[in-house]
Amino acid sequence: MLHIIVCIKQVPMVSELPWDAKTGTLKRETAQGMMDPSARRALEAALQIKAGMGKNQASITAVSMGPPMAEEILYEAKALGADQGVLLTDPRMAGADTCMTAFILGKFITDHCPDAGLILCGAMSSDSETAQVGPQLAEELDIPAIGYARRLELVHDCIRVERHVDDFMELMEMDLPGLVTIDHADESDLYTPRYVPLGGVEAAFNAGDIRIMDGTALGLNKDFNALTSSPTKIIDVYSPVTRKENRVLTGAVKKMVDTLFDDYGKIISSAMGKDLKTHDHEGDV
Amino acid sequence: MSVEKQIWVWADYRNYFQSRVTLQILARASVLAEKTNATVCAVVFGDQVDAYVKEYIAHGAQKVYVTDDPFLKTYNVASYAFLLTALVRRFAPETLLIGATRFGQEIAPRVAKQLETGLTADCIDLDIDENGQLVQKAPSFGGNLVAKIITPDTRPQMATIRPGTFQELPHDDEAKGEVIPVPLPDTMPSPRVRCLKSELHPARARKIETADIVITGGRGMGSKGKFRKLFDLADLLHAEVGATRPVVYADWVSSEALVGQAGKHIRPKVLFSFGVSGAIQHTAALADARFIVAVNKNPNATMMKLADVAMVADANQVCSGIIRALKQRIRD
Ligand SMILES: Cc1cc2nc3c(=O)[nH]c(=O)nc-3n(C[C@H](O)[C@H](O)[C@H](O)COP(=O)(O)OP(=O)(O)OC[C@H]3O[C@@H](n4cnc5c(N)ncnc54)[C@H](O)[C@@H]3O)c2cc1C
Repeated sequence: MLHIIVCIKQVPMVSELPWDAKTGTLKRETAQGMMDPSARRALEAALQIKAGMGKNQASITAVSMGPPMAEEILYEAKALGADQGVLLTDPRMAGADTCMTAFILGKFITDHCPDAGLILCGAMSSDSETAQVGPQLAEELDIPAIGYARRLELVHDCIRVERHVDDFMELMEMDLPGLVTIDHADESDLYTPRYVPLGGVEAAFNAGDIRIMDGTALGLNKDFNALTSSPTKIIDVYSPVTRKENRVLTGAVKKMVDTLFDDYGKIISSAMGKDLKTHDHEGDV
Repeated sequence: MSVEKQIWVWADYRNYFQSRVTLQILARASVLAEKTNATVCAVVFGDQVDAYVKEYIAHGAQKVYVTDDPFLKTYNVASYAFLLTALVRRFAPETLLIGATRFGQEIAPRVAKQLETGLTADCIDLDIDENGQLVQKAPSFGGNLVAKIITPDTRPQMATIRPGTFQELPHDDEAKGEVIPVPLPDTMPSPRVRCLKSELHPARARKIETADIVITGGRGMGSKGKFRKLFDLADLLHAEVGATRPVVYADWVSSEALVGQAGKHIRPKVLFSFGVSGAIQHTAALADARFIVAVNKNPNATMMKLADVAMVADANQVCSGIIRALKQRIRD
């Protein structure tokens, strides 16, 4: 029996996400938080691996560290096919940096999932893109790891991973237990996440049982506080915009475009390496 | 005598862009070193790396730590992280800078974790404060602000930097540097990840990074169909088309077109920007654009403030308008 742990994160629904590719419109109904797209792909990879194995040969635990509302994405994970959902939540975990996040996830896996065989993470979450939690979790657990996977294959007790990094196509292999992060920008459609079945989240919700663990349940020290444990500190935040002395054009489009070419045509034509008529008024030519 | 302060640059050289980012960071490290009276050091791992060592010295490295061993022939993140951690423990640099290539993004957090020190990803600038500490400037809070971050209590201060953020120094053959060979430690663990195949597949020509004219389109283009019009304009202008992240996520265009910290840095003579708001993760990659024309319905969009010519209008209409005008104005 292979126990797959998928680490998922709830990310703020940045104004840009998600889009309906067909209509090109924003899916506004999808609330404020959503499952990070690359974690979703990691879950999809887990589901495909499980489907490729015999009945009861694999079990998937989706785990997330986050605020109480992150429970939503665990219901979603269960609706998609995860067997267990676990939320690690505690005010003392708030403000965890990547090292602390890896520490907390690591503590959960070590103490509560000693049979974990394969640990999957998204390569990088859309809200910060640091790509740090996966590699740091591997350090925490002291297990081998491969980043940026595009395709996974179980071969006996090993996992084979295809990846594309820095212009290299690579095929790697390691024994389990091991950790793999799933690439977020894969052109192949292998791990394109499936849709939540109609009524699926509701059904998962009714089935209840997302396991919620706070710091005490997890066995964290009494004086543990993620925020104060971070070795980096923000000392200032500023807006980087320096306004240029610029020309603002308004009004009719045709007029604006003419002004652009009449006044700046030389700059454009020299960049193009082509000759442009800079004055195009009637009778000019 | 006080201990020599060192700024380390981990040398990534596996492909062209990795090589460039190493040189770019060396250039910035030289500026930082001058402010703190530190020594710029490159750290090179691999098999037969003499040529790289010379290159780094010619680009500003005053010292180069080298572990040259056939065992290091394949880039293996766990082995390299083990070795880098061991060297940092032994030589105690103040600062460790790593290029944010994919390999760099994998090795940096591992080393930071082992050393229990901080790491700031994707810095858009690095500086030194009045206490001689490294100030790491990175995008934060979604993209409209930059955070200044320090690592007050632990060393080294670690940061990763995206390719294209800094400019490399010219090659100086006369430059002198000290080479410090460090043998492979006996404690080196055998690799747990086996590399079965590793083939260089250079990406299709990265023309956008060198193009003289670039057209970027953002979500303000409205739809995939309307976004295609930018390619018609690009044909007329001999330009390359770039895009913002939402556009790539919505699959209006392939991820190859992404411009920004997660994508390509561009340095065109002329940039046309259509329906782009101008989040820092995007504009960090436009710093070298010489002349910017922005089109946005919102005159207060950041992108409009960065532009030389800001056109307050519908992006699609202006795109069509420029296509029409060019057809009349181009002299063959
Ligand atoms: C960790 C991280 C990394 C990121 N990396 C990148 C990156 O590498 N590259 C990148 O681009 N982004 C990146 N982003 C996303 C970035 O923060 C912004 O969300 C993104 O750049 C915004 O894209 P946009 O300008 O197309 O969309 P929006 O911000 O939605 O802006 C659309 C603009 O179009 C204008 N508009 C709307 N309709 C019209 C119309 N009809 N005519 C004219 N104008 C119109 C609006 O006024 C607005 O200014 C990253 C974000 C995060 C959190």
